[in-house]
Amino acid sequence: MAKNMLKLSGITKIFNSGTLDEKRAMDDINLTVKKGDFVTVVGSNGAGKSTLLNIISGTYNPDKGTILIGNQDVTRYPDYKMAKYVARVFQSTTMGTAEEMTIEENLCLAEKRGKRRGLMWGVTKSRRSRYGELLKFLELGLEDRTSQKVGLLSGGQRQSLTLLMTTLAMPKLLLLDEHTAALDPRTAEKIMALTEKMVRENNLTTLMVTHNMNQALQYGNRMIMLHQGKVQLDIKGEEKEEMTTKEIISKFGQTLRDETLLSV
Amino acid sequence: MFNIIPISLEQGLAYALVALGIALAFRVLSFPDLTVDGSFPLGGAVAARLIIEGVNPWVASIAAFGAGFFAGCATGIMATKFKINSLLAGILMMTMLYSINLRVMTRANIPLITAQTIFTPIEEMVEKMDMSRDWPVIGLFLLVALLCKVLLDLFLHTEYGLGMRATGDNEKMIRSLGMNTDNVTILGLGISNAMVALAGALIAQDQGFSDVGMGIGMIVAGLASIIIGEAVIKPRSIFLLTSAAVFGSVAYRFIIALGMRMGLAPTDLKLATGLMVIIALAVPAIRGGREKKLNLRGV
Repeated sequence: MAKNMLKLSGITKIFNSGTLDEKRAMDDINLTVKKGDFVTVVGSNGAGKSTLLNIISGTYNPDKGTILIGNQDVTRYPDYKMAKYVARVFQSTTMGTAEEMTIEENLCLAEKRGKRRGLMWGVTKSRRSRYGELLKFLELGLEDRTSQKVGLLSGGQRQSLTLLMTTLAMPKLLLLDEHTAALDPRTAEKIMALTEKMVRENNLTTLMVTHNMNQALQYGNRMIMLHQGKVQLDIKGEEKEEMTTKEIISKFGQTLRDETLLSV
Repeated sequence: MFNIIPISLEQGLAYALVALGIALAFRVLSFPDLTVDGSFPLGGAVAARLIIEGVNPWVASIAAFGAGFFAGCATGIMATKFKINSLLAGILMMTMLYSINLRVMTRANIPLITAQTIFTPIEEMVEKMDMSRDWPVIGLFLLVALLCKVLLDLFLHTEYGLGMRATGDNEKMIRSLGMNTDNVTILGLGISNAMVALAGALIAQDQGFSDVGMGIGMIVAGLASIIIGEAVIKPRSIFLLTSAAVFGSVAYRFIIALGMRMGLAPTDLKLATGLMVIIALAVPAIRGGREKKLNLRGV
Protein backbone atom coordinates (compact mmCIF):
# COMPACT_ATOMS: atom_id res chain seq x y z
CA MET A 1 0.00 0.00 0.00
CA ALA A 2 1.51 3.25 -1.09
CA LYS A 3 1.55 6.04 1.45
CA ASN A 4 -0.60 9.13 1.13
CA MET A 5 1.54 12.06 0.06
CA LEU A 6 -1.09 14.78 -0.16
CA LYS A 7 -4.48 14.87 1.45
CA LEU A 8 -6.94 17.72 0.90
CA SER A 9 -10.07 17.56 3.03
CA GLY A 10 -13.03 19.85 2.53
CA ILE A 11 -10.99 22.60 0.90
CA THR A 12 -13.11 25.66 0.20
CA LYS A 13 -11.89 28.98 -1.13
CA ILE A 14 -14.21 31.89 -1.83
CA PHE A 15 -12.93 35.04 -3.50
CA ASN A 16 -14.59 38.43 -2.95
CA SER A 17 -16.73 36.92 -0.24
CA GLY A 18 -19.93 38.86 0.45
CA THR A 19 -19.78 40.98 -2.70
CA LEU A 20 -21.54 40.73 -6.04
CA ASP A 21 -18.37 39.23 -7.50
CA GLU A 22 -18.32 36.37 -5.02
CA LYS A 23 -16.70 33.34 -6.57
CA ARG A 24 -16.45 29.87 -5.11
CA ALA A 25 -13.13 28.88 -6.62
CA MET A 26 -12.83 25.71 -4.53
CA ASP A 27 -15.97 24.07 -3.26
CA ASP A 28 -15.41 21.37 -0.65
CA ILE A 29 -12.61 19.61 -2.51
CA ASN A 30 -11.43 16.25 -1.20
CA LEU A 31 -8.40 14.75 -2.85
CA THR A 32 -5.85 12.18 -1.77
CA VAL A 33 -2.70 11.66 -3.80
CA LYS A 34 -0.51 8.63 -3.15
CA LYS A 35 3.26 8.61 -3.16
CA GLY A 36 4.55 8.28 -6.71
CA ASP A 37 1.25 9.26 -8.35
CA PHE A 38 1.35 11.44 -11.45
CA VAL A 39 -2.00 13.21 -11.49
CA THR A 40 -3.07 15.38 -14.38
CA VAL A 41 -5.60 18.11 -13.65
CA VAL A 42 -7.89 19.44 -16.38
CA GLY A 43 -10.77 21.84 -16.46
CA SER A 44 -11.96 24.83 -18.43
CA ASN A 45 -11.04 28.41 -17.61
CA GLY A 46 -12.09 29.35 -14.12
CA ALA A 47 -12.66 25.75 -13.07
CA GLY A 48 -10.25 26.17 -10.19
CA LYS A 49 -7.10 24.50 -11.54
CA SER A 50 -4.76 27.33 -10.67
CA THR A 51 -6.48 27.99 -7.35
CA LEU A 52 -5.89 24.35 -6.47
CA LEU A 53 -2.15 24.68 -7.05
CA ASN A 54 -2.05 28.07 -5.33
CA ILE A 55 -3.67 26.56 -2.26
CA ILE A 56 -1.39 23.53 -2.19
CA SER A 57 1.71 25.72 -2.57
CA GLY A 58 0.58 28.17 0.13
CA THR A 59 0.09 31.20 -2.12
CA TYR A 60 -3.45 31.31 -0.72
CA ASN A 61 -4.69 29.78 2.48
CA PRO A 62 -8.04 27.99 2.19
CA ASP A 63 -11.12 29.40 3.91
CA LYS A 64 -12.10 25.94 5.11
CA GLY A 65 -10.57 22.50 5.13
CA THR A 66 -7.16 21.00 5.87
CA ILE A 67 -4.08 20.13 3.85
CA LEU A 68 -1.82 17.27 4.90
CA ILE A 69 1.56 16.54 3.34
CA GLY A 70 2.50 13.10 4.61
CA ASN A 71 1.23 13.39 8.17
CA GLN A 72 2.10 17.07 8.53
CA ASP A 73 -0.74 19.58 8.74
CA VAL A 74 0.36 22.44 6.47
CA THR A 75 -3.00 24.19 6.07
CA ARG A 76 -1.84 27.56 7.37
CA TYR A 77 1.69 27.51 5.98
CA PRO A 78 2.66 30.56 3.90
CA ASP A 79 4.27 29.95 0.50
CA TYR A 80 7.86 30.23 1.68
CA LYS A 81 7.29 27.54 4.32
CA MET A 82 5.60 25.22 1.85
CA ALA A 83 8.76 25.35 -0.22
CA LYS A 84 10.18 22.67 2.05
CA TYR A 85 7.70 20.19 0.60
CA VAL A 86 6.58 21.56 -2.73
CA ALA A 87 8.39 22.58 -5.92
CA ARG A 88 6.49 24.38 -8.61
CA VAL A 89 6.98 25.15 -12.29
CA PHE A 90 4.86 27.97 -13.68
CA GLN A 91 3.43 28.60 -17.11
CA SER A 92 5.49 31.72 -17.66
CA THR A 93 9.05 30.78 -18.55
CA THR A 94 10.40 33.85 -16.76
CA MET A 95 8.79 32.93 -13.46
CA GLY A 96 10.97 30.06 -12.34
CA THR A 97 14.40 31.61 -12.62
CA ALA A 98 16.16 34.86 -11.68
CA GLU A 99 17.24 36.34 -14.99
CA GLU A 100 19.94 38.68 -13.73
CA MET A 101 21.69 35.80 -12.04
CA THR A 102 23.82 33.10 -13.62
CA ILE A 103 22.74 29.54 -14.35
CA GLU A 104 24.87 28.17 -11.54
CA GLU A 105 23.60 30.78 -9.09
CA ASN A 106 20.03 29.83 -9.95
CA LEU A 107 20.86 26.17 -9.40
CA CYS A 108 22.38 27.07 -6.03
CA LEU A 109 19.21 28.97 -5.07
CA ALA A 110 17.18 25.88 -5.96
CA GLU A 111 19.46 23.47 -4.12
CA LYS A 112 18.64 25.37 -0.92
CA ARG A 113 14.89 25.23 -1.45
CA GLY A 114 13.19 25.04 1.91
CA LYS A 115 16.53 24.89 3.74
CA ARG A 116 18.42 27.38 5.86
CA ARG A 117 20.53 29.78 3.86
CA GLY A 118 23.61 30.81 5.76
CA LEU A 119 26.76 32.81 5.18
CA MET A 120 28.53 29.92 3.49
CA TRP A 121 29.84 30.56 -0.01
CA GLY A 122 27.10 29.97 -2.57
CA VAL A 123 28.51 28.52 -5.79
CA THR A 124 31.44 26.48 -4.46
CA LYS A 125 33.86 24.55 -6.64
CA SER A 126 32.27 21.21 -5.81
CA ARG A 127 28.79 22.55 -6.51
CA ARG A 128 29.94 24.03 -9.81
CA SER A 129 31.26 20.71 -11.07
CA ARG A 130 28.15 18.89 -9.85
CA TYR A 131 25.90 21.43 -11.61
CA GLY A 132 27.86 20.87 -14.82
CA GLU A 133 27.14 17.15 -14.62
CA LEU A 134 23.46 17.77 -13.89
CA LEU A 135 23.07 20.17 -16.80
CA LYS A 136 24.34 17.52 -19.23
CA PHE A 137 21.09 15.67 -18.51
CA LEU A 138 19.20 18.42 -20.36
CA GLU A 139 21.29 17.95 -23.53
CA LEU A 140 21.12 21.68 -24.26
CA GLY A 141 24.80 22.45 -23.90
CA LEU A 142 24.08 24.55 -20.82
CA GLU A 143 26.94 22.83 -18.99
CA ASP A 144 29.31 25.07 -20.95
CA ARG A 145 27.40 28.24 -20.08
CA THR A 146 27.04 27.92 -16.31
CA SER A 147 28.37 31.40 -15.59
CA GLN A 148 26.06 33.09 -18.09
CA LYS A 149 22.98 34.95 -16.99
CA VAL A 150 19.71 33.08 -17.28
CA GLY A 151 18.19 36.08 -19.09
CA LEU A 152 20.23 35.04 -22.16
CA LEU A 153 18.43 31.71 -22.46
CA SER A 154 15.40 30.96 -24.61
CA GLY A 155 12.01 30.22 -23.06
CA GLY A 156 12.39 26.49 -23.61
CA GLN A 157 15.88 26.47 -22.14
CA ARG A 158 14.68 28.39 -19.11
CA GLN A 159 11.79 26.00 -18.57
CA SER A 160 14.15 23.02 -18.85
CA LEU A 161 16.42 24.64 -16.29
CA THR A 162 13.45 25.31 -13.99
CA LEU A 163 12.47 21.64 -14.20
CA LEU A 164 16.00 20.58 -13.37
CA MET A 165 16.02 23.02 -10.45
CA THR A 166 12.97 21.36 -8.87
CA THR A 167 14.90 18.12 -8.40
CA LEU A 168 18.03 19.62 -6.84
CA ALA A 169 16.33 19.46 -3.48
CA MET A 170 13.86 16.60 -3.91
CA PRO A 171 10.34 17.87 -3.27
CA LYS A 172 7.64 15.72 -1.71
CA LEU A 173 5.32 17.10 -4.33
CA LEU A 174 5.98 18.55 -7.79
CA LEU A 175 3.41 21.02 -9.09
CA LEU A 176 3.39 21.75 -12.81
CA ASP A 177 1.16 24.69 -13.68
CA GLU A 178 0.57 24.49 -17.46
CA HIS A 179 4.33 24.54 -17.74
CA THR A 180 4.38 23.89 -21.48
CA ALA A 181 1.52 26.20 -22.45
CA ALA A 182 3.72 29.19 -23.28
CA LEU A 183 6.06 27.22 -25.54
CA ASP A 184 5.89 26.41 -29.22
CA PRO A 185 4.60 22.86 -29.94
CA ARG A 186 7.98 21.31 -30.63
CA THR A 187 9.59 22.76 -27.52
CA ALA A 188 6.51 21.85 -25.50
CA GLU A 189 6.88 18.25 -26.61
CA LYS A 190 10.53 18.22 -25.59
CA ILE A 191 9.75 19.69 -22.18
CA MET A 192 7.01 17.09 -21.64
CA ALA A 193 9.41 14.28 -22.55
CA LEU A 194 11.92 15.73 -20.10
CA THR A 195 9.22 16.07 -17.46
CA GLU A 196 8.19 12.45 -17.79
CA LYS A 197 11.79 11.26 -17.67
CA MET A 198 12.50 13.26 -14.54
CA VAL A 199 9.30 12.28 -12.79
CA ARG A 200 9.94 8.61 -13.56
CA GLU A 201 13.62 8.57 -12.63
CA ASN A 202 13.02 10.36 -9.34
CA ASN A 203 9.68 8.71 -8.60
CA LEU A 204 8.21 12.17 -7.96
CA THR A 205 4.65 12.63 -6.77
CA THR A 206 3.32 15.07 -9.33
CA LEU A 207 0.29 17.23 -9.99
CA MET A 208 0.20 18.62 -13.52
CA VAL A 209 -2.37 21.20 -14.50
CA THR A 210 -2.96 21.31 -18.22
CA HIS A 211 -5.29 22.88 -20.70
CA ASN A 212 -4.77 20.09 -23.15
CA MET A 213 -7.00 17.02 -22.79
CA ASN A 214 -4.75 14.84 -24.94
CA GLN A 215 -1.79 15.70 -22.73
CA ALA A 216 -3.86 14.96 -19.64
CA LEU A 217 -4.78 11.52 -20.94
CA GLN A 218 -1.36 10.71 -22.34
CA TYR A 219 0.64 11.38 -19.21
CA GLY A 220 0.32 10.21 -15.65
CA ASN A 221 -1.59 7.42 -13.95
CA ARG A 222 -4.57 9.45 -12.80
CA MET A 223 -6.62 12.33 -14.14
CA ILE A 224 -9.01 14.62 -12.34
CA MET A 225 -11.33 17.08 -14.02
CA LEU A 226 -12.43 20.19 -12.18
CA HIS A 227 -15.60 22.11 -12.82
CA GLN A 228 -16.81 25.11 -10.85
CA GLY A 229 -14.50 24.34 -7.97
CA LYS A 230 -15.51 20.69 -7.64
CA VAL A 231 -13.96 17.43 -8.79
CA GLN A 232 -16.18 16.32 -11.66
CA LEU A 233 -14.27 13.27 -12.81
CA ASP A 234 -11.53 11.22 -11.20
CA ILE A 235 -10.14 8.31 -13.22
CA LYS A 236 -7.14 6.11 -12.49
CA GLY A 237 -5.07 3.30 -13.89
CA GLU A 238 -6.74 1.20 -16.58
CA GLU A 239 -9.85 3.28 -16.63
CA LYS A 240 -7.71 6.25 -17.54
CA GLU A 241 -5.66 4.28 -20.09
CA GLU A 242 -8.80 3.37 -21.95
CA MET A 243 -10.42 6.76 -21.81
CA THR A 244 -10.37 8.79 -25.02
CA THR A 245 -10.88 12.46 -25.65
CA LYS A 246 -14.02 11.62 -27.62
CA GLU A 247 -15.60 9.82 -24.72
CA ILE A 248 -14.90 12.73 -22.47
CA ILE A 249 -16.44 15.13 -24.93
CA SER A 250 -19.58 13.05 -25.28
CA LYS A 251 -19.86 12.78 -21.50
CA PHE A 252 -18.92 16.26 -20.44
CA GLY A 253 -19.26 18.32 -23.61
CA GLN A 254 -21.99 20.29 -21.86
CA THR A 255 -19.67 21.65 -19.21
CA LEU A 256 -16.47 21.67 -21.25
CA ARG A 257 -17.08 24.45 -23.66
CA ASP A 258 -13.45 25.38 -23.67
CA GLU A 259 -12.07 25.02 -27.13
CA THR A 260 -8.40 24.84 -26.29
CA LEU A 261 -9.10 22.06 -23.85
CA LEU A 262 -10.81 19.95 -26.48
CA SER A 263 -8.65 20.74 -29.47
CA VAL A 264 -7.24 17.47 -30.75
CA MET B 1 42.94 72.62 -11.67
CA PHE B 2 45.01 69.93 -9.98
CA ASN B 3 43.87 70.78 -6.50
CA ILE B 4 40.37 69.56 -7.30
CA ILE B 5 41.73 66.02 -7.59
CA PRO B 6 42.45 65.43 -3.89
CA ILE B 7 39.21 67.09 -2.80
CA SER B 8 37.14 65.02 -5.27
CA LEU B 9 38.92 61.84 -4.20
CA GLU B 10 38.38 62.60 -0.53
CA GLN B 11 34.71 63.40 -0.96
CA GLY B 12 34.07 60.73 -3.56
CA LEU B 13 35.54 57.95 -1.45
CA ALA B 14 33.70 59.16 1.65
CA TYR B 15 30.39 59.28 -0.22
CA ALA B 16 31.17 55.92 -1.87
CA LEU B 17 29.52 54.28 1.13
CA VAL B 18 26.32 56.14 0.27
CA ALA B 19 26.55 54.96 -3.33
CA LEU B 20 27.14 51.37 -2.17
CA GLY B 21 24.15 51.58 0.15
CA ILE B 22 21.93 52.97 -2.60
CA ALA B 23 23.21 50.34 -5.06
CA LEU B 24 22.28 47.62 -2.58
CA ALA B 25 18.76 48.99 -2.09
CA PHE B 26 17.95 50.19 -5.61
CA ARG B 27 19.91 47.75 -7.72
CA VAL B 28 20.20 44.54 -5.75
CA LEU B 29 16.91 44.62 -3.85
CA SER B 30 15.09 46.72 -6.50
CA PHE B 31 13.73 48.75 -3.61
CA PRO B 32 13.48 52.55 -4.12
CA ASP B 33 14.59 53.47 -0.62
CA LEU B 34 14.30 57.15 0.27
CA THR B 35 15.37 56.64 3.90
CA VAL B 36 18.88 57.66 2.87
CA ASP B 37 18.17 61.40 3.12
CA GLY B 38 17.42 60.80 6.80
CA SER B 39 19.83 58.03 7.70
CA PHE B 40 22.84 59.99 6.43
CA PRO B 41 22.37 62.89 8.88
CA LEU B 42 21.31 60.32 11.49
CA GLY B 43 24.81 58.86 11.27
CA GLY B 44 26.31 62.33 11.60
CA ALA B 45 24.01 63.18 14.50
CA VAL B 46 24.70 60.01 16.49
CA ALA B 47 28.45 60.22 15.97
CA ALA B 48 28.64 63.96 16.78
CA ARG B 49 26.53 63.70 19.92
CA LEU B 50 28.52 60.73 21.23
CA ILE B 51 31.83 62.42 20.41
CA ILE B 52 30.97 65.60 22.31
CA GLU B 53 29.79 63.38 25.18
CA GLY B 54 33.35 62.06 25.27
CA VAL B 55 32.87 58.69 23.58
CA ASN B 56 35.72 57.26 21.50
CA PRO B 57 35.18 58.45 17.89
CA TRP B 58 35.52 54.93 16.45
CA VAL B 59 32.90 53.64 18.88
CA ALA B 60 30.73 56.64 17.96
CA SER B 61 31.08 55.78 14.26
CA ILE B 62 30.11 52.17 14.87
CA ALA B 63 27.10 53.37 16.88
CA ALA B 64 26.12 55.51 13.88
CA PHE B 65 26.38 52.40 11.70
CA GLY B 66 24.02 50.61 14.09
CA ALA B 67 21.56 53.52 14.19
CA GLY B 68 21.41 53.54 10.38
CA PHE B 69 20.79 49.81 10.43
CA PHE B 70 17.73 50.23 12.61
CA ALA B 71 16.41 53.12 10.51
CA GLY B 72 16.67 50.97 7.37
CA CYS B 73 14.99 48.03 9.11
CA ALA B 74 12.14 50.34 10.16
CA THR B 75 11.52 51.33 6.54
CA GLY B 76 11.67 47.68 5.56
CA ILE B 77 9.14 46.70 8.22
CA MET B 78 6.76 49.44 7.07
CA ALA B 79 7.05 48.35 3.45
CA THR B 80 6.76 44.59 4.01
CA LYS B 81 4.88 43.86 7.23
CA PHE B 82 2.58 46.92 7.07
CA LYS B 83 2.30 46.86 3.26
CA ILE B 84 2.99 50.59 2.97
CA ASN B 85 4.11 51.61 -0.53
CA SER B 86 7.90 51.45 -0.58
CA LEU B 87 8.36 55.08 -1.65
CA LEU B 88 5.98 56.30 1.04
CA ALA B 89 7.66 54.11 3.68
CA GLY B 90 10.98 55.77 2.86
CA ILE B 91 9.48 59.26 2.90
CA LEU B 92 7.81 58.58 6.26
CA MET B 93 11.06 57.35 7.77
CA MET B 94 13.06 60.20 6.28
CA THR B 95 10.60 62.74 7.70
CA MET B 96 10.50 61.15 11.12
CA LEU B 97 14.28 60.97 11.18
CA TYR B 98 14.41 64.75 10.87
CA SER B 99 12.80 65.05 14.31
CA ILE B 100 14.85 62.16 15.67
CA ASN B 101 18.08 63.74 14.43
CA LEU B 102 17.21 67.03 16.16
CA ARG B 103 16.47 65.09 19.34
CA VAL B 104 19.78 63.26 19.10
CA MET B 105 21.76 66.45 18.50
CA THR B 106 19.52 68.63 20.74
CA ARG B 107 20.18 71.44 18.23
CA ALA B 108 20.52 71.85 14.48
CA ASN B 109 24.31 71.85 14.33
CA ILE B 110 27.13 70.38 16.40
CA PRO B 111 30.64 71.68 15.65
CA LEU B 112 33.39 69.09 15.99
CA ILE B 113 36.38 71.28 15.17
CA THR B 114 37.90 71.03 18.63
CA ALA B 115 36.63 67.52 19.40
CA GLN B 116 38.58 64.26 19.27
CA THR B 117 37.58 62.62 15.97
CA ILE B 118 38.97 59.64 14.07
CA PHE B 119 41.00 62.20 12.09
CA THR B 120 42.68 63.78 15.12
CA PRO B 121 45.60 61.29 15.17
CA ILE B 122 46.12 61.84 11.44
CA GLU B 123 46.05 65.61 11.87
CA GLU B 124 48.56 65.46 14.75
CA MET B 125 50.82 63.24 12.71
CA VAL B 126 50.79 65.41 9.57
CA GLU B 127 51.36 68.53 11.65
CA LYS B 128 54.57 67.00 13.03
CA MET B 129 55.68 65.97 9.58
CA ASP B 130 54.57 69.29 8.11
CA MET B 131 52.54 67.86 5.24
CA SER B 132 48.96 68.13 3.94
CA ARG B 133 46.25 66.06 5.63
CA ASP B 134 44.62 65.30 2.25
CA TRP B 135 46.42 62.12 1.28
CA PRO B 136 46.33 60.30 4.63
CA VAL B 137 42.61 61.11 4.89
CA ILE B 138 42.04 59.87 1.34
CA GLY B 139 43.88 56.69 2.30
CA LEU B 140 41.60 56.16 5.27
CA PHE B 141 38.45 56.73 3.23
CA LEU B 142 39.78 54.43 0.50
CA LEU B 143 40.37 51.73 3.10
CA VAL B 144 36.85 52.04 4.55
CA ALA B 145 35.19 52.17 1.11
CA LEU B 146 37.10 49.15 -0.19
CA LEU B 147 36.45 47.21 3.01
CA CYS B 148 32.71 47.83 2.70
CA LYS B 149 32.76 47.04 -1.02
CA VAL B 150 34.63 43.76 -0.57
CA LEU B 151 32.47 42.66 2.36
CA LEU B 152 29.35 43.46 0.34
CA ASP B 153 30.74 41.54 -2.67
CA LEU B 154 31.45 38.52 -0.51
CA PHE B 155 28.09 38.70 1.28
CA LEU B 156 26.18 38.81 -2.01
CA HIS B 157 27.86 35.56 -3.07
CA THR B 158 26.91 33.63 0.05
CA GLU B 159 23.84 31.40 0.09
CA TYR B 160 21.89 34.09 1.91
CA GLY B 161 23.28 36.83 -0.32
CA LEU B 162 22.24 34.94 -3.45
CA GLY B 163 18.75 34.83 -1.95
CA MET B 164 18.87 38.59 -1.38
CA ARG B 165 19.77 39.16 -5.03
CA ALA B 166 16.98 36.83 -6.13
CA THR B 167 14.57 38.82 -3.93
CA GLY B 168 15.26 41.89 -6.07
CA ASP B 169 15.28 39.90 -9.29
CA ASN B 170 12.30 37.52 -8.99
CA GLU B 171 10.58 37.76 -5.64
CA LYS B 172 7.89 35.22 -6.42
CA MET B 173 10.48 32.65 -7.44
CA ILE B 174 12.64 32.95 -4.34
CA ARG B 175 9.56 32.80 -2.11
CA SER B 176 8.60 29.56 -3.82
CA LEU B 177 12.13 28.38 -3.02
CA GLY B 178 11.50 28.98 0.65
CA MET B 179 12.84 32.41 1.50
CA ASN B 180 10.84 34.86 3.57
CA THR B 181 11.46 37.84 1.31
CA ASP B 182 10.01 40.26 3.88
CA ASN B 183 12.84 39.50 6.26
CA VAL B 184 15.42 39.61 3.47
CA THR B 185 14.18 43.05 2.41
CA ILE B 186 14.25 44.35 5.99
CA LEU B 187 17.80 43.10 6.55
CA GLY B 188 18.98 44.41 3.17
CA LEU B 189 17.62 47.89 3.85
CA GLY B 190 19.23 47.73 7.28
CA ILE B 191 22.65 47.00 5.80
CA SER B 192 22.16 49.66 3.13
CA ASN B 193 21.27 52.41 5.60
CA ALA B 194 23.96 51.28 8.03
CA MET B 195 26.56 52.05 5.37
CA VAL B 196 24.89 55.37 4.59
CA ALA B 197 24.87 56.35 8.27
CA LEU B 198 28.53 55.36 8.61
CA ALA B 199 29.26 57.72 5.71
CA GLY B 200 27.36 60.45 7.57
CA ALA B 201 29.45 59.82 10.69
CA LEU B 202 32.75 59.92 8.79
CA ILE B 203 31.83 62.99 6.78
CA ALA B 204 30.62 64.92 9.84
CA GLN B 205 33.99 64.26 11.48
CA ASP B 206 35.91 65.12 8.33
CA GLN B 207 34.13 68.41 7.70
CA GLY B 208 34.17 69.29 11.41
CA PHE B 209 30.44 69.55 12.09
CA SER B 210 27.20 67.65 11.96
CA ASP B 211 24.18 69.45 10.56
CA VAL B 212 20.56 68.33 10.51
CA GLY B 213 20.26 69.43 6.87
CA MET B 214 23.28 67.58 5.56
CA GLY B 215 21.25 64.72 4.10
CA ILE B 216 19.12 66.74 1.70
CA GLY B 217 19.55 65.45 -1.83
CA MET B 218 21.68 62.50 -0.77
CA ILE B 219 19.62 59.95 -2.73
CA VAL B 220 19.75 61.97 -5.91
CA ALA B 221 23.50 62.46 -5.56
CA GLY B 222 23.91 58.73 -4.89
CA LEU B 223 21.80 57.82 -7.91
CA ALA B 224 23.79 60.21 -10.06
CA SER B 225 26.98 58.52 -8.84
CA ILE B 226 25.66 55.08 -9.71
CA ILE B 227 24.47 56.19 -13.14
CA ILE B 228 27.83 57.76 -13.93
CA GLY B 229 29.66 54.71 -12.62
CA GLU B 230 27.54 52.30 -14.63
CA ALA B 231 28.04 54.34 -17.79
CA VAL B 232 31.76 53.60 -17.50
CA ILE B 233 31.77 50.19 -15.81
CA LYS B 234 28.98 47.97 -17.16
CA PRO B 235 27.59 46.20 -14.08
CA ARG B 236 27.65 42.68 -15.49
CA SER B 237 28.38 41.17 -12.09
CA ILE B 238 28.10 42.11 -8.43
CA PHE B 239 31.82 42.86 -8.33
CA LEU B 240 31.43 45.31 -11.22
CA LEU B 241 28.23 46.77 -9.77
CA THR B 242 29.92 47.74 -6.51
CA SER B 243 33.03 48.86 -8.41
CA ALA B 244 30.81 51.11 -10.51
CA ALA B 245 29.26 52.60 -7.36
CA VAL B 246 32.65 53.47 -5.84
CA PHE B 247 34.08 54.74 -9.11
CA GLY B 248 30.90 56.68 -9.90
CA SER B 249 30.96 58.38 -6.54
CA VAL B 250 34.48 59.70 -7.15
CA ALA B 251 33.64 60.66 -10.75
CA TYR B 252 30.50 62.50 -9.61
CA ARG B 253 32.40 64.54 -7.01
CA PHE B 254 35.02 65.30 -9.63
CA ILE B 255 32.41 66.53 -12.10
CA ILE B 256 30.80 68.65 -9.37
CA ALA B 257 34.15 70.15 -8.38
CA LEU B 258 34.87 70.87 -12.03
CA GLY B 259 31.46 72.48 -12.44
CA MET B 260 32.03 74.72 -9.44
CA ARG B 261 35.46 75.66 -10.77
CA MET B 262 33.74 76.69 -13.98
CA GLY B 263 31.34 78.94 -12.10
CA LEU B 264 28.49 76.71 -10.95
CA ALA B 265 27.08 78.16 -7.73
CA PRO B 266 27.06 75.69 -4.79
CA THR B 267 23.37 76.47 -4.35
CA ASP B 268 22.66 75.20 -7.88
CA LEU B 269 24.31 71.85 -7.20
CA LYS B 270 21.15 69.91 -6.45
CA LEU B 271 19.41 71.29 -9.53
CA ALA B 272 22.36 70.25 -11.69
CA THR B 273 22.50 66.80 -10.09
CA GLY B 274 18.78 66.28 -10.54
CA LEU B 275 19.01 67.25 -14.21
CA MET B 276 21.89 64.83 -14.62
CA VAL B 277 19.76 61.96 -13.28
CA ILE B 278 16.75 62.97 -15.40
CA ILE B 279 18.83 63.05 -18.56
CA ALA B 280 20.40 59.70 -17.77
CA LEU B 281 16.97 58.14 -17.27
CA ALA B 282 15.30 59.96 -20.18
CA VAL B 283 17.81 59.19 -22.90
CA PRO B 284 17.18 55.42 -23.08
CA ALA B 285 13.40 56.00 -22.78
CA ILE B 286 13.34 58.53 -25.63
CA ARG B 287 15.69 56.50 -27.78
CA GLY B 288 13.41 53.55 -27.15
CA GLY B 289 16.40 51.30 -26.90
CA ARG B 290 16.49 48.01 -25.08
CA GLU B 291 18.62 49.45 -22.31
CA LYS B 292 17.22 48.52 -18.96
CA LYS B 293 15.63 51.21 -16.91
CA LEU B 294 15.78 51.18 -13.15
CA ASN B 295 13.65 48.16 -12.42
CA LEU B 296 12.01 48.73 -9.07
CA ARG B 297 9.55 46.91 -6.90
CA GLY B 298 6.54 48.47 -5.30
CA VAL B 299 6.41 51.69 -7.29
